[in-house]
Order: sequence, then structure tokens, then C-alpha cells
Amino acid sequence: MILRGLWKLTWIEIKIFLREPLGAFGTIGFPVLVFLAWGRVASRRLAPSSLAASSFIRVDLPVFASLLIAVSAVLSLVTIISIYREGGILKRLRATPLRPQTILTAQVLVKLTLTAATLALMILAGKRYYPAGVHVRLFSFTMALLISTWSILSIGFLIASIVPTARFAQPIGAMILYPMIAVSGLFVPVESLPPGLHAVARVLPLTYAVPLLQGIWNGDAWLAHLGDVAALIVIFVVCAALSAKVFRWE
Amino acid sequence: MRPVIRVSGVRKTYGRTVAVDEVSLEVSEGEIFGLIGPNGAGKTTTMECIEGLRRPDRGTISVLGLDPHREVYKLQDRIGVQLQQAQLQKRIKVWEAVDLWASLYQKRAIDAEHLLQQLGLTDKRNAWFMNLSGGQKQRLFIALALINDPELVFLDELTTGLDPQSRRAIWDLVRGIRDRGKTVFLTTHLMEEAERLCDRVAIIEHGRIIDIDSPDRLVDRHCPERTVALTTEDPMVAERFRAIPRVDAVICNEKRITIRGRGDDLVTEVIDCLSENRIRVTDFRTILPNLEDVFLKLTGHSIRE
Repeated sequence: MILRGLWKLTWIEIKIFLREPLGAFGTIGFPVLVFLAWGRVASRRLAPSSLAASSFIRVDLPVFASLLIAVSAVLSLVTIISIYREGGILKRLRATPLRPQTILTAQVLVKLTLTAATLALMILAGKRYYPAGVHVRLFSFTMALLISTWSILSIGFLIASIVPTARFAQPIGAMILYPMIAVSGLFVPVESLPPGLHAVARVLPLTYAVPLLQGIWNGDAWLAHLGDVAALIVIFVVCAALSAKVFRWE
Repeated sequence: MRPVIRVSGVRKTYGRTVAVDEVSLEVSEGEIFGLIGPNGAGKTTTMECIEGLRRPDRGTISVLGLDPHREVYKLQDRIGVQLQQAQLQKRIKVWEAVDLWASLYQKRAIDAEHLLQQLGLTDKRNAWFMNLSGGQKQRLFIALALINDPELVFLDELTTGLDPQSRRAIWDLVRGIRDRGKTVFLTTHLMEEAERLCDRVAIIEHGRIIDIDSPDRLVDRHCPERTVALTTEDPMVAERFRAIPRVDAVICNEKRITIRGRGDDLVTEVIDCLSENRIRVTDFRTILPNLEDVFLKLTGHSIRE
């Protein structure tokens, strides 16, 4: 019974999401466009054979674009939750036998589906930057990205609890989420950050998502990244417990 | 009739504001029970405590024999709820909403297409929620409240913001729910709605219930005044009317005469007086007090203020 409601709600939410052209484009199109634009610039400016270019295009760019996918999905979650709360939609759903967890799980499933679909689109669009020889374990990478997104989504629920109105959801969410990419270790090693930022970075999920994604992309075994996965799970559990305390339904 | 809702001594505060205080009431099976009062009187809070959406600070509530807080999922499986100012996802289609709701209940849902047809939504089944009119949205919310064939239906400010025609159509729907043996608990700040729809009403103000009874009995109890207005050419009538025992005042305004008094017999006595004295009247009407007058009497102000 609960499962039937969960699948139905998830499926309807996916359809509703795709019916809103701007939202769908922003969340799916933006990371793909960034990926294509950067890929193009990088492959022109840098000599194709240079080590810098190949390392950037081969590893950092896909990881960066993947993080954008995850963050866009989380931002979209924050926005939707706040709109649903303000419009009384969450309250209306709660006044049914649906468990609150089921309502939120459906939203998480929608965002994970969205993440996987965007990743697939990005890989299709970016094929030409990768000669046939480059071999990435796509299934493992997709799993790594989904675990990362799932962990970051728990922060999304925390943000959704603090935004006062739906109008502020997008800007506040962006102000919190995008800087996380900056301190994630993708551009500057986490160890070289100032002590304050370093401490902040240590508790952010992106800091563990970056080495995980880079490693899996490079062909590392999952075993080598158990620590990162564990950290992502711990962050999820802590944030989920926190948001269970502070989450507002109306 | 066995009671389906029992509320006793319920109190609910938000910070330092007391929303509901010492509220007690009972609703019997098969009746339309109305909670009436101005905006902010505590109607919605009371209703949401009964539905299990809020937990009262004090007092006990039993609905269909269940504790609405501890057994909320069991309860919600058996009741239907329409919330005040609720929305659905902007781009959800009418049939999708009904289909989703139907999947949430243990009990086999009633035929969704038939329900949509009853509520006049069949040709809107593929429309997005955001493109429905106010009346259509309300009818969809009624459909969602009825999809699980509930024993008890809650309707919060059902017709607020609707035009008179849609309002009447929805009143007919609510009577139809009762006629199928269900119990209806509704809130309204429209006295006309309460008078036409409810078998019994509770008047609530500042979070406290002032009185509970059928609209007729509330009027009899609190507003026994009767008024008869008539038009006649006879110049001598005023004195004859003043001789009737229960008449309090006779006001003459040229040919129009207004007689104020108390008790159900007043009208009969005025008619007797007219026929005994062979007084010819060209107009005769009685003006009866209504719930609006009861509210004014009990609270000292109109419900609209």
C-alpha cells in the first residue's frame, strides 16, 4: 500500500517536473551546457596532446559537471519543497494515510532519477571529447554520483527547513550550495585551504564526493574509496536526523 | 445515534496565543455538524486537532473510536479531508490527482470516473490543476475527500471565495454526502451556509464554544423575538395590537405597521386580532430572527466584523 503510493507519487512528480519547461531545462540543461562549453574551450586553447588538457578534460571536467548535476538537483529539491510547503501541498499530502517519510522519499527518488538522466545526456553529448580508447566504468560512476547526490539531498532538506518563503528558496539554496563546490577540493586541494574553511570543508558532502567521483572515473576500485562512501553516509544520517527535527511542513 | 466524534476539554496554544480553549463537543453519526464563527475564532485549529494534523496541549479527542494522534494513519484511512486554502501541484492533472489519492487507501477506492462525473469534472479530467476555476478546484478537493468512501468527511471553509451559484451546487453535494449515510463536520463563517446545511451547529468565538444546538433551537433560545410587518388603511389598528399580551412595541409609519413581540404564538394572535376586527390589510409578513441575530446577541457583534 505504502509502496504503491510511493511509486505513483514519484511517477506523477517526474511527469509534473517535465511539464515545467524552464525548471526542467535549468536543472537538466545547465550542467550539460557548462560541460559542453568548457570542453570546447579547453580542447581548443590547450594543445590536445598536452598533459594539462588531457587531465582536465579527462577527469576534472566530467567530475565538475557531475557535481553541477548533483547540486542542480538539490537546488531543485529545495525550491520544490518550499513551494509545496507554502502552497499547502505538503499539508494536503500529509492529511492522507501517506507517511511523511514517503512523501519526502518520492522527492528524493525524483531527483536521483533526474541526476541519472542528466548524466546520461551529458555523456552522450560529450562523446566526441573522448576518443574511443578512453574507458570509464559508467555504471560505477553513475552509482558514485547517485550516492553523492543522495548525501547532498539531505543538506537540501536542511536548507528547505530554513528558507522563509518559496521566493527565497532559489537564491538562498544557490548561495549555500554553489560555494560548496569551491571548497570541495576540485580546484584547490582541501589541505591547502585556510584552517577555518578547511574545517567547514571537512563536514561537507562534496569534499568526499569529489575524490570518490575522481577515483571511480579513473578506474579505482570501490574498496579504495570506502572511507569517502562512509563519510557520505554519515553526513546523510546526521543531516536526515537534524532535518527530521527542524523540518517544517507548513 | 452513536457519536462518531467526541471532543472534551481541548486546549491548543501557539506561543502565547490561546487558539482553542476548553472545547468540548460531540458529533453523531449521519449528521452535518457545523463549527461557525468569525475568522480566527479557532475553527480550523479545532478541526485539525480532530483530524490528527495537530496535537492539542490538553483534553481528549476520540474519532470513530480512535485516538487521532496515536492512530493517525488508521484514522486517515477512514476519513476524508478537505483543507482550507490547500493547493495541489500546479501541473498535476485532475485524473492524476484522483488516481494518486485512490492508491493511498487500504480500502478499495470508489469508481473515480463516476465520482468525477458526479462532481461535474469529467470534461476537465486532463486539465492541469492551475488552470481550474475556483469552483472546479473546490470540487476536485471534494472528490479527493470522498475517494476512499469515508465514514466521516471534514470540510473546512468549503465555499469561501465561490460565487453564489457554485456555492449552491456544493451545498447540494454536501447534502448528498449525508444522504448516503456519512457524517459531515464542516466549518464556515457564512451564517446562511450553516442555516441551510447544518443539522447542528456550534458557535465558537475566541477559541471557546458559546452554544451548540440545531439552528432552529438556537434561534428559539436566544432570539425569541418575532416581528410582524403589515400595511393597512385602518387608522385605529395600533391600539388593538398593543392590547395583545405578548406585544412589546407597535411602530406606525403612515400605513406600515411593525409589531414586535415574543413567542411563537405572536403571529397567530396578530392574525386572530385582524380577523376578529375585520381589519383589511394589503400586505402581511413575518420577519424571523436567524443565526446571524443569534451570533450578534451572543457575542455583541456581527460575524463579519
